[in-house]
Amino acid sequence: MKLTPSGSQTVGPYFRIGLQHLCDSDAQRAADVDTVTVHGTVIDANGVPVSDAMLEIWHADRDGRYDAGLPDASGRPACFTRAATDDEGSFRFTIVRPGAVPGESGIRQAPHIAVLVFARGLLRHLITRMYFPDEAANSSDPVLQSIPEKRRRTLIAERDSHRPGTLEWNVVLQGDDETVFFAW
Amino acid sequence: MVDMRMVQTPAPGTQPDFHYPPYLSSVVRSPRMPLVLLPQALAECAGPVFGHNIVGALDHDLAAHHGGDPIGERIIVQGRVLDEDGRPVPHALVEVWQANAAGRYRHKVDQCNMPLDPNFSGAGRTITDAHGYYLFRSIKPGPYPWKNHHNAWRPAHIHFSLFGAGILSRLVTQMYFPGDPLQPLDPIFNSIADEKARNRLISQLDMNRSEPEHALAYSFDIVLRGSQDTPFEEPRK
Ligand SMILES: [Fe+2]
Repeated sequence: MKLTPSGSQTVGPYFRIGLQHLCDSDAQRAADVDTVTVHGTVIDANGVPVSDAMLEIWHADRDGRYDAGLPDASGRPACFTRAATDDEGSFRFTIVRPGAVPGESGIRQAPHIAVLVFARGLLRHLITRMYFPDEAANSSDPVLQSIPEKRRRTLIAERDSHRPGTLEWNVVLQGDDETVFFAW
Repeated sequence: MVDMRMVQTPAPGTQPDFHYPPYLSSVVRSPRMPLVLLPQALAECAGPVFGHNIVGALDHDLAAHHGGDPIGERIIVQGRVLDEDGRPVPHALVEVWQANAAGRYRHKVDQCNMPLDPNFSGAGRTITDAHGYYLFRSIKPGPYPWKNHHNAWRPAHIHFSLFGAGILSRLVTQMYFPGDPLQPLDPIFNSIADEKARNRLISQLDMNRSEPEHALAYSFDIVLRGSQDTPFEEPRK
């Protein structure tokens, strides 16, 4: 007999009390040379920045493997971090740049990161992906290509022309430019 | 290492909808476009693996972080983390946060006029043992006012965050206390339409685990999505 999974509830506005300890955007910077920094804003239906949201970032390692990394000495998992938004709704994180990941039926997926979005007002968390700009593999990525072109760009970060090596990617919770969110 | 099997779609009403107008902030923060279904076979269905050093020896004891005893009813909150097959989820990271006994969070955004408690910061974490069991020591949080509607008060609750065997099992929820008359008035609690599912977020008073002349115990079992095999599992006969 199957049990019913426990119901989700919002993280509310005070999640930093319990979850802050893994909100360390630069945790992986020193450890590895091939890193990428991503910044952006979480925005609601009215274009208002969301100052109490948190992203959880989960990605493959540079070889495209999800199961290779071991936790570090402090117990932090490999290829995982959290980034909370500030008073302006902005977030920033630095990660090891992931490699291409094997997908279904042997079709390789373009490099990407899985992002879970939590916020006051979200009764359940959202799941999305961020892809990298100017990545040839994007055009053959089965997940990306399954999404109508108009919405596909919400999943692809842009180069930040002011800060070389830095990407900009925004999360729009609702509206015309709503980010594509996934379900399993 | 982790073999995720099919994760079922939740039965109707057992999970909240994103858009639930009685909870005002859900109206402008919930997606309107349909979610895109991802294949479950993808490698990212595995999830982050935490080491035991992620929790310190006293991290499960929210009453022990400061010099003195926090004000409030001493409580033990404990239970099991299970998968959809009822099997224990071992080595799951459980993080909690809560208001103090007066209903105040130690957070710059919480500006209600309830007092802070110098002996209480309200954060804890632990990892389930080989049988999926966890235990926290704390004080009972107070109800607190919020601005969702006129005279709105949250029932007493503790926020829970859990990582199971895979990213599909990720859960953030809230645990409530039995006999709290604010529950039927609370839009967040009521966002779970199914009454049985809703009531499973209410812990049970557990006199067997209470400590005489010291603390009352509340039991709260949590079921994560999916089922899993891990190398830690005891061999099946
Ligand atoms: Fe709360």
